[in-house]
Amino acid sequence: MESHANEILLRWIVLVPLLGAAANGLLNRRLPKQVSGLLACGAVGVSFALSIVVFLRLAGMPVAERFLSDTVTTWIGFGRLQVDLAFALDPLNAVMALVVTGVGFLIHVYSLGYMAHDAGFQRFFAYLNLFIFAMMTLVLGENLLMLFVGWEGVGLCSYLLISFWFNDEANAAAGKKAFIVNRIGDFGFLLGMFLIGVTVLPHLGAGEGLLSFRVLQHHAGALAPAATAICLLLFLGATGKSAQIPLFIWLPDAMAGPTPVSALIHAATMVTAGVYMVARMNFLFVLSPAAMNVVAIVGAATAIFAATIALTQNDIKKVLAYSTVSQLGYMMLACGVGAFAVGIFHVMTHAFFKALLFLGSGSVIHAMSNEQDMRVMGGLRKKLPVTWWTFLVGTLALAGIFPLAGFFSKDEILWKAFSSGNQVLWAIGFVAAGLTAFYMMRLLVLTFFGENRASPEVKHHIHESPLTMTLPLVVLAVLSLVGGWVGIPHFMGGGAHFEQWLEPVFAGGHHVVEAAHGAADAAHGAAADAVHHDTTMEWILAGASLAWGILGLLLGWLVYARRLGVAEGARRLAGGFPYRLLEHKYYVDEAYEATFIRPGYRLSKTVLWKWIDAGLIDGILVNGSALVVAVVGSVVRLFQNGMVRFYAWSITVGVTVFVLYLCFSG
Amino acid sequence: MDFITDHILTWVTFLPLLGSLLIWTVFRRDTIARLVALGVALADFVLSLHLWFHYEPGRGDDQFIERVPWLLNGQISYHLGMDGISLVLAVLTTFLGPLVILSTWKAVKDRVPDFLGFVLFLQTAMLGTFFARDMLLFYVFWEAMLIPMYFIIGVWGGQRRIYAAVKFFIFTMVGSVFMLVGILYLYFQAGSMDLADFLAVELARGPQLWLFAAFILAFAIKVPVFPLHTWLPDAHVEAPTAGSVILAGVLLKMGTYGMVRFAMPLFPEGVAAFAPLMSILAVIGIIYGALVAMVQPDVKKLVAYSSVSHLGFVVLGLFSLTPAGVAGGVFQMLAHGLSTGALFLLVGVVYERRHTREIAEFGGLAHEMPAYATVFMIATLASIGLPGLAGFVGEFMILFGTFGSETLPHARLLTVLAATGVVLGAIYMLWMYQRVFLGKLSNEKNKGLGDLSLREFVVLVPLVVFMFWLGVRPGLVLDKIEASIERTLAPVMAPAVDNHAPQGSHALGDGADGGPVFVVRDPEKDGMNQ
Repeated sequence: MESHANEILLRWIVLVPLLGAAANGLLNRRLPKQVSGLLACGAVGVSFALSIVVFLRLAGMPVAERFLSDTVTTWIGFGRLQVDLAFALDPLNAVMALVVTGVGFLIHVYSLGYMAHDAGFQRFFAYLNLFIFAMMTLVLGENLLMLFVGWEGVGLCSYLLISFWFNDEANAAAGKKAFIVNRIGDFGFLLGMFLIGVTVLPHLGAGEGLLSFRVLQHHAGALAPAATAICLLLFLGATGKSAQIPLFIWLPDAMAGPTPVSALIHAATMVTAGVYMVARMNFLFVLSPAAMNVVAIVGAATAIFAATIALTQNDIKKVLAYSTVSQLGYMMLACGVGAFAVGIFHVMTHAFFKALLFLGSGSVIHAMSNEQDMRVMGGLRKKLPVTWWTFLVGTLALAGIFPLAGFFSKDEILWKAFSSGNQVLWAIGFVAAGLTAFYMMRLLVLTFFGENRASPEVKHHIHESPLTMTLPLVVLAVLSLVGGWVGIPHFMGGGAHFEQWLEPVFAGGHHVVEAAHGAADAAHGAAADAVHHDTTMEWILAGASLAWGILGLLLGWLVYARRLGVAEGARRLAGGFPYRLLEHKYYVDEAYEATFIRPGYRLSKTVLWKWIDAGLIDGILVNGSALVVAVVGSVVRLFQNGMVRFYAWSITVGVTVFVLYLCFSG
Repeated sequence: MDFITDHILTWVTFLPLLGSLLIWTVFRRDTIARLVALGVALADFVLSLHLWFHYEPGRGDDQFIERVPWLLNGQISYHLGMDGISLVLAVLTTFLGPLVILSTWKAVKDRVPDFLGFVLFLQTAMLGTFFARDMLLFYVFWEAMLIPMYFIIGVWGGQRRIYAAVKFFIFTMVGSVFMLVGILYLYFQAGSMDLADFLAVELARGPQLWLFAAFILAFAIKVPVFPLHTWLPDAHVEAPTAGSVILAGVLLKMGTYGMVRFAMPLFPEGVAAFAPLMSILAVIGIIYGALVAMVQPDVKKLVAYSSVSHLGFVVLGLFSLTPAGVAGGVFQMLAHGLSTGALFLLVGVVYERRHTREIAEFGGLAHEMPAYATVFMIATLASIGLPGLAGFVGEFMILFGTFGSETLPHARLLTVLAATGVVLGAIYMLWMYQRVFLGKLSNEKNKGLGDLSLREFVVLVPLVVFMFWLGVRPGLVLDKIEASIERTLAPVMAPAVDNHAPQGSHALGDGADGGPVFVVRDPEKDGMNQ
């Protein structure tokens, strides 16, 4: 396959950050910090620039032909198992590439300031570049196995960066937890791939790569009978990476990493990989209404579940972490009701405002001498003006206030849930949206309003962050403000450009459904756009969710700004137990600990090792036999006579004589 | 040079033995013995590269054949040959050889020439086992491996070395005796000890079953397959570092190699009957090995049990009887040799400094030894099968092959259970890593430990390079073994090869013409012999 010049750019988008990582990783402390930072930012900058170039080229092509590919070589080639090391670009991952490299670049710049005094500066940037490499492999991979390579790669980077400050063993434990919980998801992902491979293998034509997305889409009909099982297995992987129920538990702990990491990996990019994967495999998911339902229900449940926990957290990053889990639930909900494009829309807007909020919280933590507890913050509005204003924009965007980015994407998700006939899921999402506004106002008030409650010493040090940190905040604030305008829906007089751009990717899925189930189901499933509907309902719902968001903010203001002691009041109001339940995150960690971890450890140690290995096999079957005892005894005696050299010699002589005998006797 | 290349297999096999005899008799000064041993091992590696570059993988048959009548009018012959499977394992052996010798530079201080002689002696025995195409010759090499390893553990080992060495010896011996009976039985059927003649014997189902059982017992002990594994942790813990590296790197693969080369092609009926049992034991080994590894207080024992788990994957792949599964199994033998070899070397590095391997004695080592911690992390990731490193390709192909196996009952359930090993592997390795390397440097005794020395770097870097290389370009190995696997296992896999083979590119030259299941090997091979 011949690659066009622009197509070869694809591999460089991926490779340049790898080179940056290698330079920083190998030279490490020998590299001056300025050079190290410049290299790392430069590498991501180049990736971003190249992403823009290929994006423009894609945009310049006729809609139906928007596809670029770059096959480097065969990766695994054995008989019919052929998987290429290849990259491809279509409208879907073109958007992802821009978001990842763009937001990634801003966060790299921010880290220059945030990590300036850290001893592990170079190591940090090596990991950060390595992450961009892995994430871009995930995004640009031409087949499911390449996606999986990136998938595991980002997991590794996440592990390395969460435990970045490994002097504190709690950070190391959090990193390990993230990796292992993700591995449980990967277990499902792997099995899903096997099921796909085995099912599609007999149908493959010559030269068709086994797990190539294009090939799989082409053979979607053959995969249809196994679609539900495949999709549920893949979705298990997605619940790990995108922190959905039941595997979300690693993400809040992941906040142990440096704050830029929380912004880049655990909010803006990596955690959306599960959503991307589901969207990427849309042509299979639409074949299984059951799997789609599971996706939608898990998404909605996660959205509200995490939002309630966020209500009670006192660590500023933990609030944002649970908020992220909740927002990821919205994205899954969108995918589950067939609105993949809207899910990806929310991936993008969320990347802007959540990265902004995390970086803003980093600026706060930086100013507060690494304090993360909001109970000792307060009144930072005046002292951190840039942080405050940008944080406000992020909060309003997340709360879904018109006309900020979050409004358009979240409202669209709720509308799609409603219009696809899932009123219950819509209601859950709607309630969670109100909670979102409430807990964000709580965060805003505790951090920026009232009197500062820090110790005088900390208070003395409070200062606005340097330009490398505030500049990315401003850029992200602008994006959080206007980023949603590319997707203003038709009923508001917009062009819904974002959905249109992704249309070719997801239209294929609709065709598959039509072919498999007939047109009627397709209309029900996802192609709601095709049906002309009354816009009144859309106006009503949009108005309601805006009003609901404002109400949430207002309530938050009333409860927390009026008197900070009201937190106590809220606790009493809600009753002791429900509040404690939320504070302890529904005791999910404790439940896993009690049901899996401790029994598993005890089983392994006592039953398997002590009883079966040492007791049964060795103690009774092996050592119990008289022969062994006798032989060991006699050999021990010989050794104690110190005749080892003699044995070595006798072996040598013996073998030599034996060999000579054999040679001459033949 | 013709005089070497015409008998290249003999040279590769016996050069180390020559070295060991020289060291035992002439070069008895420690430093000189070390240099000679290293030189010989390196030379052997270079010789084996000739095999690597001149082997023709497309044919997949035995090449570089040497055959000289030996005993009983040629019924027993000195018959060496090498196909792709033997090739990759032999090169792994010669590749690890110099690294192992270099790793003992400071670790072994007692009776240095004796030790190095045994290491080289062992190289010869292992290489001979991979090349032998006459069953008596094979058996001689197979048994010869026991002797040096017995001494390496028994003399240079830890506190309970005698117990461990004797246990190792007796376990292996017991299995081998049964195999010897099987070999003799086949010899009287075939009228010759040649492997090709053994393959040509047509056996009834009954004898096939018990012969398979006799062979598989010998091989399963060596692997080791659950529940025959209890010699392994003891042997590893007591063995000196070099012994552990050879043991994990190559010796264990003798078992899985024996399955592919002998037990499976010789007794198709036996395979059919025992494959379900073997695959279940393999899956038990994967999970059991991982769970027991998790609770070990000793790093070396942890790595030892992880071998039980990893070799379980190999056995599962082989008995999936699918091309992908078997190739994954062979690939995993190499990947495991690299990653576990590296892990044992790394454990040895810290043992030399601290004379303990108790996990509880460590913590925060990454502060004192950052380079060591980094290499250890890479080996850990290779071991748990991170994509981009060698371990992933093997595991992926094994599980993929098993999942699609049409001969194995409950193949999919077995795959699901085996795949939990992927999760468990991450748990025990990362937990160990956390306790040894991360957190505060809590133990005063670990302060001031030196980081990797140049020599230690030189030992470890080649392993790391190949972990990446095989992970990114598995074709390096897969292309070499593809035709040989289909050819060797044609008696048990023929239908699968026949049904789907639309891409002519890898069809076999003339060997497996896709005949009936129990087709006898073509006589073509004998024609190759001079």
